[in-house]
Formats: sequence, structure tokens, C-alpha cells
Amino acid sequence: MVSFNDDTLALAQRIIRRYPEGKQKSALIPILHLAQAEFGGWLSVETMDYVAGLLQIKPIEVYEVASFYSMFNLTPKGKCLIEVCRTVPCWLKGSEDIVAHLSKRLGIKEGETTKDGMFTLKTVECLGSCGTAPMLQCGHEYHEDLTPEKVDLLLEKWKSEDSRKVYVSNDFFREN
Amino acid sequence: MGKKLLLEHLGVEGIHTYEVYRRQGGYRSVEKAIREMSPDAVVEEVKKSGLRGRGGAGFPTGMKWSFLAKPPGVPRYLVCNADESEPGTFKDRYLMEKIPHLLVEGMITSSFALGANSAYIYIRGEYFYLVKILEKAIDEAYAAGFLGKNILGSEYSLDLYVHPGAGAYICGEETALLESLEGKRGNPRMKPPFPAIAGLYASPTVVNNVETIAAVVPIVNMGGEEYAKIGVGKSTGTKLISAGGNIKRPGVYEIEMGLPVEEFLFSDEYCGGIEKDLELKAVVPGGSSVPILPAGLFLKTAAGEARLMSYESLADGGFVSGTMLGSGGFIAYDQRACIVRSTWNYARFYHHESCGQCSPCREGTGWMEKVLHRLEHGEGRMHDIDLLVDIARKIEGNTICPLGDAAAWPVAAAIRHFREEFEYHVKFPERVKDPKHFHHTPFSKIRQAHLV
Ligand SMILES: Cc1cc2nc3c(=O)[nH]c(=O)nc-3n(C[C@H](O)[C@H](O)[C@H](O)COP(=O)(O)O)c2cc1C
Ligand code: SF4
Ligand code: FES
Repeated sequence: MVSFNDDTLALAQRIIRRYPEGKQKSALIPILHLAQAEFGGWLSVETMDYVAGLLQIKPIEVYEVASFYSMFNLTPKGKCLIEVCRTVPCWLKGSEDIVAHLSKRLGIKEGETTKDGMFTLKTVECLGSCGTAPMLQCGHEYHEDLTPEKVDLLLEKWKSEDSRKVYVSNDFFREN
Repeated sequence: MGKKLLLEHLGVEGIHTYEVYRRQGGYRSVEKAIREMSPDAVVEEVKKSGLRGRGGAGFPTGMKWSFLAKPPGVPRYLVCNADESEPGTFKDRYLMEKIPHLLVEGMITSSFALGANSAYIYIRGEYFYLVKILEKAIDEAYAAGFLGKNILGSEYSLDLYVHPGAGAYICGEETALLESLEGKRGNPRMKPPFPAIAGLYASPTVVNNVETIAAVVPIVNMGGEEYAKIGVGKSTGTKLISAGGNIKRPGVYEIEMGLPVEEFLFSDEYCGGIEKDLELKAVVPGGSSVPILPAGLFLKTAAGEARLMSYESLADGGFVSGTMLGSGGFIAYDQRACIVRSTWNYARFYHHESCGQCSPCREGTGWMEKVLHRLEHGEGRMHDIDLLVDIARKIEGNTICPLGDAAAWPVAAAIRHFREEFEYHVKFPERVKDPKHFHHTPFSKIRQAHLV
């Protein structure tokens, strides 16, 4: 049985109170972010069912939302999910070279995960960082003005990290 | 130097904190509105200012506000659109990161004008680090008595919340945003009813862009008439432009409406010219949804007049030879760029982001992506070009929300202005196999050698 730890549960309850009574379903997306962060970086059916129970809505209402939004993973991903922006402004600044470089270094293609479960390489659409292109996102961090050398330094740094851990934490939501 | 209204205090150390922001005159608009003005008087100032929505459509804000239904006993909502996902656009992020209190202040003053007691900032999920920054600013505003019950000792109370999305461009469309805020898939609603009548939780709701709401602060402080003196014609005030692509100085610039595009592009105060001093090939000035223009038509209208950064001047020539100011997402292309590859990239984006509710959009965007993919990879046929024009025409105007149009326009405009480049991809498939086919020799040179 999955369930939030006490702190996250308290946080989830606080988030629910931000919406009018009877409109607790509004808290679904914020709470799915919490769930994904707490339960291994993806949303299993079990996790989604738990969230449905928490919000007193039908499981299908959670599935249809989780499957609509690109930030929710319905299958397990690597500990570091590397998301490289591929849209025009980044492309004009060489994003294709960055993807090719990452692909070579990690020995995987776009959409794949390394055998050790450490890295997943993904391309995504414009992340609002076009003035500092090319760029990628890992966890909640933006890495901008990328060069192959910068990417190599990042890979070194990430080898010992788990980006899921920093993705959504309690300090993103204020105490009220 | 143009006038700065939003980014005036950008350089002040610590401007992201409440103390410093307040010392620079922050929250004066809240004091003025609540102590000296009625809600309707605030709406009146916004009307007089001529402010037009900064999210892309340019709809007059004061008029939008005056449409808000006010049935007694029914709550009203103000929702800030901070979804910012239009490719090329990163101005809202900049504003929220650098001066978060400006948005918070604008939300309070605007909510007061609309009589909303709850307001939400819907921010794209990927901007999670900004949630923290905004929540801190909101906390500080509560502590200072600008949010919460009986603001400044008045009868007026307001609660303000940040709500993250989870990755979906379509949630920037205001009714999809409201669906998403209600915890559903981001499927745009059929209109009418408009949000002003039935929006969030079926209550009257105003949805405005981050920059629009921030602009309410200087408007209330200086008065609508003074604000309207800045700019040209019906493009009043200042506009944030996020400039990217192949320019020397990418970034966010606050310009006075009416700045000549040539000055914006080439002066060192703004873009600083084209990267590596290469030739400018094309510009998409208002985010990926607006028509692309070749350099010549961008700098000067078809009638030979210098183009200005304003709603009217950029649109001069309509879809034949003009474009749009849109969201202010300015994308410059130098001579190395391939327009077919760029168009394929946009088509892939719109296909990926279509919510799938209407078949012309769902099927049409996928079809356009496929045809553009084969053209760009040297596997296209000559009639593919007209096929694309035909698909674009069939999507346009036949969908629930404007994403369909937004997907169709860039394709139609690219073919209108760069047809020879599309034909080149069909005629010389082996020459476009290398993804960087125009990097060494720009198409303008190839054109002289092979096609003419
Ligand atoms: C597909 C689509 C995406 C949009 N994305 C955004 C967006 O990210 N931010 C925004 O402010 N407006 C966006 N809009 C425009 C909104 O629907 C709406 O017009 C705007 O939020 C109104 O605010 P304004 O009048 O202050 O501009 C989008 C519209 C469409 C059709
Ligand atoms: S036009 Fe496209 S995005 Fe808009 S409602 Fe229809 S299918 Fe969805
Ligand atoms: S195109 Fe990559 S961040 Fe905008």
C-alpha cells in the first residue's frame, strides 16, 4: 500500500484547502507532482488510486489527467531525467548537437534509459529559456547556454545525484 | 533609452524582496486603489490606458474587465495566465523571477477592481523554481497586510494562490487553463459562454497574462491617460519582448510601443545585430504562432515604410505581407537556417500539443508534421507543397480553439514566402540529407547558382 509520509500528507491537506469547499479536485495536479516526487519519479496505478482516495474522486479522473500532461510519467524513468528542449529557438542555437552529444556519452537514444537506471534522455518542447539556448531541464533545475563541455561537467555531477529527490519538495508550497 | 514602466527598478539590488520593492514605491497602486478609488474607477483607468492583453491576442483589457458578470452572491475570480509556453516567449518568467512583487501587486490591485476575493496564478509546471519565488513574495505580502482579511483596514479581503500545471501548451488557452485549474484535462471549452460569465467553477472569471496584470500597477499609479500617451496609436504603453535566435544579445527587453524594428534588431541597447554578423534571413516576431517574414518584408512593409514594434505596424499587409506582435516572442533567423526544417519543427510542436478534441486539428497537425518531415528529409514530392497549403486551409477556422489556426499559419506563411526553398528540397533531395544543409552555403547563394 502506498501512502504519503506524514509531512507530505500534511502538505497535501494544506494544498486542498486552497480551493473552495467541494472543489478539492483542483488540487489534483499539485498533488500528483508530490506523489511523483515521493514514489520514485513516476505514477503507478497504485499511486494514482491512492491520490484518488485522498481527493475522494474516481480513479479514472486521476488516470485521464495523469495521461494528459507531459510532466507525469506513467512508466519508470532514470534517476536523472534529462529533458533537452528541441523547439525552433533552441534548434537555431544548436540543440541537435546537444542531443547527439548526450546520446553518444550515455550510449542511448532519445526516449531510452541507461541500463543502470541512472539516466533517461528525452526531448521536450520550449521551456521558456530561448534566450539562453540551448538548454535542458533536470529535476527542477534549468541548465542553459549549453556546450558539449558543459554537458560533460553536468553528467559528472549528476552521477551521484537523484534528481527526483529535489524535484518537488515541501518548501515549494507556503505554509498556510 | 525608452521609458521603462515594468522593469524600471530591475537594476536595484534586492528588488525581489519585499523591503526593497516597497522602498522603490512598491504597493502604492494597492494603497491608491483601496484608499482613494472605487473598483469601477480602477476599471475606468485601465480602459483609458488603452492596455491590450499581453498574452498574444491583444484584446483590450479594460473592455474585458467591463464584461465581467456580477450576479449577487456569486464569487468572482481573477486568474493569472503564467503558462507561458508559446515557443520563443520567456518574458513572464523573467518578470516573475526578477520582480515577483510586481505581479503580486498587480494581482491585488486588479482583484480589487474586479471584486474578486480569491485569485490564482496558474504557472506552467516546468517553472517550478518560480513557484517558490512567488510563494515567498506572497508570504511577504500577507505579512505586510496587503493580502488576507481587511486589506489596509478596508472591507476588502483577498487570498492569492499559486497553482502549477504539468506540461501542456494548450493550458495557455484560457478555457483549457480553467479546466486544468479544476483538476481536469486541458481541453478548451466551447464558447460561449465566455469566462466572464461562466469561468472557474462556472463563476464569472477574468483571465489575464502576467505582463497585462503587471501593467495595471503603473497604469493605476500614473493614471490611464498618462499611460496612453506612451506608444503609438492603439498600441499604448510598453511591451516586454523576449528576443532569441541568432542575435548577439538575446534577452528580455522592455520597449516603448512604436520602436522601429530596425533599431530593436540592430542597436546595442537591444538585440545588437545578427550573430557573427551573418545575414538576417527571417523573423518570427511574436511567438511561434505568428507568420514568419523574410528579412526584407520584416524591416519594411510592402509599401516600403519602416516597420515599428506595434500591433498595427507588424500586422500591416495582413497575411499576405504582414505578421503579428503576438506574445512578443521574437525569433531571428540568420542565413544558415533552413525554413523547411524550422516549419517541420513547429508542425511537430503543434501536433504534440494538440489536445485532440477536434479532428481537423488532431489529424491535420499530424499530417502536416509527416509531410514536412518527408520534405525536409529529401523524400518529398512537388505536390506535397500545395498539399500542405490545402491542409492548413482546412484546419483554419474549423476548430474549437485557436491552436488549430496557430498550427496552420506558420506553415502557410513559410510556403508563401519561401516556396523556392521547399521546391529545392524536392528537386535536390541528396543536398538536404545533411541536417545542416545551409550552414556552409546559405540558400540565397544556392538559389543564384541552381535555380535561377
Ligand atoms: C493555444 C493557445 C495558447 C496560449 N498560451 C498562452 C500563454 O501561455 N500565456 C498567455 O498569457 N496567454 C496564452 N494564450 C492566450 C489566452 O487564451 C488568453 O487570451 C490570455 O491569457 C488573455 O490574457 P490577456 O488578455 O491579458 O492577454 C494562449 C492561447 C492559445 C489559443
Ligand atoms: S483546435 Fe486543437 S487544441 Fe484546440 S480544442 Fe481543437 S483539438 Fe484541441
Ligand atoms: S525553444 Fe528551447 S527554451 Fe524555448
